[in-house]
Amino acid sequence: MIPEQKELKPNTNSPLIKIKRKLIEFAVPLLFLVLCIIGAYYARLQPSFLINEIIMRMARNPVLVLALIIPVLAGMGMNFAIVLGAMAGQIGLIIITHYEVTGITGVTVAALIAVPFAIVFGYLTGKLLNRAKGKEMITSMIFGFFAVYVWQLFFLVFVGSIIPMRNEKMILSTGVGVRNTVDLVGIRYALDDIIKIRDLPGITIPISTLIVVALFCILITFFMKTKLGQDIRAVGQNMEIAAISGINVDKIRITAIIISTVLAAWGQIIWLQNIGTLNTYGSHVQVGLFAVAALLIGGASVAKANIWQVLLGTFLFHTLFIISPTAGRNLLGDAQIGEFFRVFVAYGVIAVALVLHAWQKHSAAKNK
Amino acid sequence: MESTSLLKLDKICKSYYGNRVLKDVCLEIKKGEIHGLVGENGAGKSTLMNILFGMPVIQQTGGYEGDVVLEGNQVCFTCPSEAMDYGIGMVHQEFMLIPGFTVAENIKLNRERTKPNVISRLIGKKMETIDVQRNRHDARASLDRLGMSFDEMMPVGGLPVGYMQFIEVAREIDKENTKVVVFDEPTAVLTESEAEQFLDTARKLANDGLGVLFISHRLDEVVSLCDRITVLRDGEVVALLNRGEASIQRIAELMVGRQINRLADRKKTVQVNKPILEIRNLAVEMPGEKVKEFDLDLYEGEILGVGGLAGHGKIGIANGIMGMYPATGSLVKQGKSLPLGDTMLMLQENMAFVSEDRRGVGLLWDESIEHNIIIAAMQSQKKFLKRVTPLLTIEDRKKIHEHTLKMIKDLDIRCVGPQQLVKRLSGGNQQKICIARAITLSPDILFVSEPTRGIDIGAKRIVLDLLLQLNRDLGVTIVMTSSELAELRSVCDRIAIIYEGRLEGVLPPDAPDLDFGLMMAGEFEHKGADQV
Repeated sequence: MIPEQKELKPNTNSPLIKIKRKLIEFAVPLLFLVLCIIGAYYARLQPSFLINEIIMRMARNPVLVLALIIPVLAGMGMNFAIVLGAMAGQIGLIIITHYEVTGITGVTVAALIAVPFAIVFGYLTGKLLNRAKGKEMITSMIFGFFAVYVWQLFFLVFVGSIIPMRNEKMILSTGVGVRNTVDLVGIRYALDDIIKIRDLPGITIPISTLIVVALFCILITFFMKTKLGQDIRAVGQNMEIAAISGINVDKIRITAIIISTVLAAWGQIIWLQNIGTLNTYGSHVQVGLFAVAALLIGGASVAKANIWQVLLGTFLFHTLFIISPTAGRNLLGDAQIGEFFRVFVAYGVIAVALVLHAWQKHSAAKNK
Repeated sequence: MESTSLLKLDKICKSYYGNRVLKDVCLEIKKGEIHGLVGENGAGKSTLMNILFGMPVIQQTGGYEGDVVLEGNQVCFTCPSEAMDYGIGMVHQEFMLIPGFTVAENIKLNRERTKPNVISRLIGKKMETIDVQRNRHDARASLDRLGMSFDEMMPVGGLPVGYMQFIEVAREIDKENTKVVVFDEPTAVLTESEAEQFLDTARKLANDGLGVLFISHRLDEVVSLCDRITVLRDGEVVALLNRGEASIQRIAELMVGRQINRLADRKKTVQVNKPILEIRNLAVEMPGEKVKEFDLDLYEGEILGVGGLAGHGKIGIANGIMGMYPATGSLVKQGKSLPLGDTMLMLQENMAFVSEDRRGVGLLWDESIEHNIIIAAMQSQKKFLKRVTPLLTIEDRKKIHEHTLKMIKDLDIRCVGPQQLVKRLSGGNQQKICIARAITLSPDILFVSEPTRGIDIGAKRIVLDLLLQLNRDLGVTIVMTSSELAELRSVCDRIAIIYEGRLEGVLPPDAPDLDFGLMMAGEFEHKGADQV
């Protein structure tokens, strides 16, 4: 390690510089806010429809994005491998659907079943990422892809042949493999419906789910203030120094990934209880990608993230999701173009964020 | 002064792969004593500290012999945290601070005070909340003890370098059971007034009853600060001086003194009036080896040694000239002014470089011997290429093969054949490959940095002989940078000593030990560079 040779920063209290700083800090969210406003204008959606959609998504999506925060703070970048967490959640859902456990009991049981799976998956991911220090993001991404196909092998070939499963509604007609879609009718809206406000025309507010989201936010904030949270931050800032101070770096990193994976499992369950059907081979595939895009749009970087960026990012990204097909159709005569646009945005944001981060790191190293 | 023994190292021996680096080293620190430890680079100071701290490298290389006795109990640490638990504190030469954390967080790193909460009662201690206020209070107390007034809630990243050293010290004294504090070159990065303040701090700690082990290359500080001074040379204790007995001259002499086996037995034929390379105002931004305002004339046909302690910039000179790191200044080779920073141009101007970083810069690790030898000449001088058609040139396999075989024979490279991968070779043979590549460029100036680092004694001799032979038979002017003064003195015609990025002076190889010692410590009066 080279000692830092920084001098005291020049006077930064000038209001103009402060404003400029803030603008740079919020450049990404601001850009997307502008995009959302333009899109909303051209989409000409009914306000109540738009608001309803946004509220629904703000209830069902943030937990998946929250799952990314802890690995970022642990210095491991965006954990694309939350795909495995989503799978753990889906395993829980498939099991409860098979045994026909319904309602909020079903959701709770699924969440509990998912935990051991998520812990095992998280442990494996963490072990792997410890062997790929400095390249965690690409490793987690490829590991996620790999897991998708292991999942296919398992549920398409092993279930019904090696692992007995007799629920005819779920198994393909050949008797081997889970059907492409599993109807989650038994638990649909199970969490949302506990407390729901329908006072306004066209708008329903799933208060209970929002409370769960808020609880998770508080939990993570609290967690980062604990000893373990402090260790995670220390490891995230500098592994070497943390190790010299007696922190077990590898263990902390694995713990961070396990927490992330468990949160992702729960996030996926919350998401799917709202959607109502499980696309057995598709629901989890893009979970990592969309969560990462949302967090980056919220203004986070691969080295820094907080709760507010999660919420802001989810809001902006999903607003764009809602409006872009109609805006595309109204502007260019084809809804497909809007659809292209939002996928383009998801990938584009990730690419730009990664390049920016690499560039910042490079120039920081140069300035030393 | 009390005379209770706090820490005692008794007859410590250590060898790395049959290479003895410490021999019967004894060192004792009493309560309230400031004990100085001095020695050249490679004298064994770091190894001794590694043993004291239970660094894993010691166990991995077969442990050590002898006893470490702390307050009368024999101890043997196998990891640094164990040493810390026993009350041995270390203030590192490189700052071990997390830039994004506040001063308080850094001081309390991994020793944070916590308070229990609902969840921690269920899950365990790891979930206890960090008690920010109490941590802050503790940090403040430690800083106050050092007489530091800066805000403990500031992030470390923006603080001046000088403060960081004090934060490190604050961290050590915040540990309740700290008994011995080791300072490893604490003042190297401090300004004079900061260093002064720092020394006061060390005195204060000793007055509080701690044992202080002070490792420094600044001999004036050692002399004025320490109660007793142990001088290490080649892994042995050569002297234990009490306050009053020690003087800068005495220590310098003890540090360096050794028999010099002169390898070069020729009469000088260097033409002093004919500089082949004139270096003026060279400044190099090499991290950890900064060069500032370096002036030197290099004479045709000589072997110039560049010496000095680690971190003072000797490594930076060759790296800067060859364009490995950003450099400014002027460079005139045989009357022709050359711009700095263009490696290709330097190669084309017949200057070659054997890097000190054999593994990173010096060699293509996964490539064959053949490739490693010819690559630079092929790239910069279009050697070993043949034109097939006007637009297509390919490598000339036959010529490459012949040349490689010749090099293997001439330099006595021990290998299975030209196709062997260099990473499979021993350090000495790898170094020969580096030199072979440089020779292939047929340079008239050759920069060699740390040519014998990490290779065994037999191979060292061969590499040095090879350099002498190059100089004698091919008339190559050689600039050899080395941490081992003895080595420089055995082959070089003149030795330039670098101190804090500047030329401290130039000495003939047979100059007295004292002069070398003083120059490396920056205590030599600035004699003119061209006096020799």
